[in-house]
Amino acid sequence: MEVACRKEKNTAIISVTGRMDALCSMDFEKILDEQIAAGETRFIIDFSGLEYISSAGLQCILTTAKKLEHRQGDLILAALKGTVKEVFEISGFSSIFTIADSVDSALAGA
Amino acid sequence: MSTLKLPAKMDNLRRFTQFVSRFARDQRFPESRTNEIELAVEEALVNICRYAYPNETGDIALTCRQSGPKRIIIEIEDSGTPFDILSVADPDLRPDIARRKAGGLGIFLIRKMVNEIHYRRDAGKNILTFIIELERHHADALVKPAFSTQ
Repeated sequence: MEVACRKEKNTAIISVTGRMDALCSMDFEKILDEQIAAGETRFIIDFSGLEYISSAGLQCILTTAKKLEHRQGDLILAALKGTVKEVFEISGFSSIFTIADSVDSALAGA
Repeated sequence: MSTLKLPAKMDNLRRFTQFVSRFARDQRFPESRTNEIELAVEEALVNICRYAYPNETGDIALTCRQSGPKRIIIEIEDSGTPFDILSVADPDLRPDIARRKAGGLGIFLIRKMVNEIHYRRDAGKNILTFIIELERHHADALVKPAFSTQ
């Protein structure tokens, strides 16, 4: 798993690529925690390069979303595909999160 | 048939999941289905690593075998605390972010990804069996507590 962070339109864009399993999902949550600690409240997570996610990764995303709700923040999940999209749909996360087709469309609506 | 037996430690998780993926690819399962199989196996293994051996160390034995064309049987065996994965209720998927509970998705995902799940306790061992076909059901897996692999 690789994670890259950038900022655009006052929004932190977190791109995650590769595979997010139970071993590396905590690293992902830590990166998001650092961004929140630095004062970021608006997030787009770019999943276009993510091939695999398990329940540990879903838990990290939910935990982060809960933290952001306390801060009146915003979290958009962008460019879900393949098995990752399927896992979000099966787990009901597609219904409780804001989902965007791409980072550009998420930014346009942000 | 191939078997991998290693200590039930998170450090070994990827050796197990890569072992399963390699087997599925060798059976010409497509990448998307291989990911689903790996997911089911990861969720089961993480449960065992975290909860099966609270006071001692123990092993996980993972066996993959082909069962007819485009059908794989995966057996996951541990000698830890008795735990029937089939007894766990599905999580409530309806609540919004604030009320949604963080845990409980792993076993739910297993049920969705494999075609059949069987659990039995035999001679002090938890034996979990997944039967996996080329396509996943778009409903829950069939659940059969009693199962003979013979």
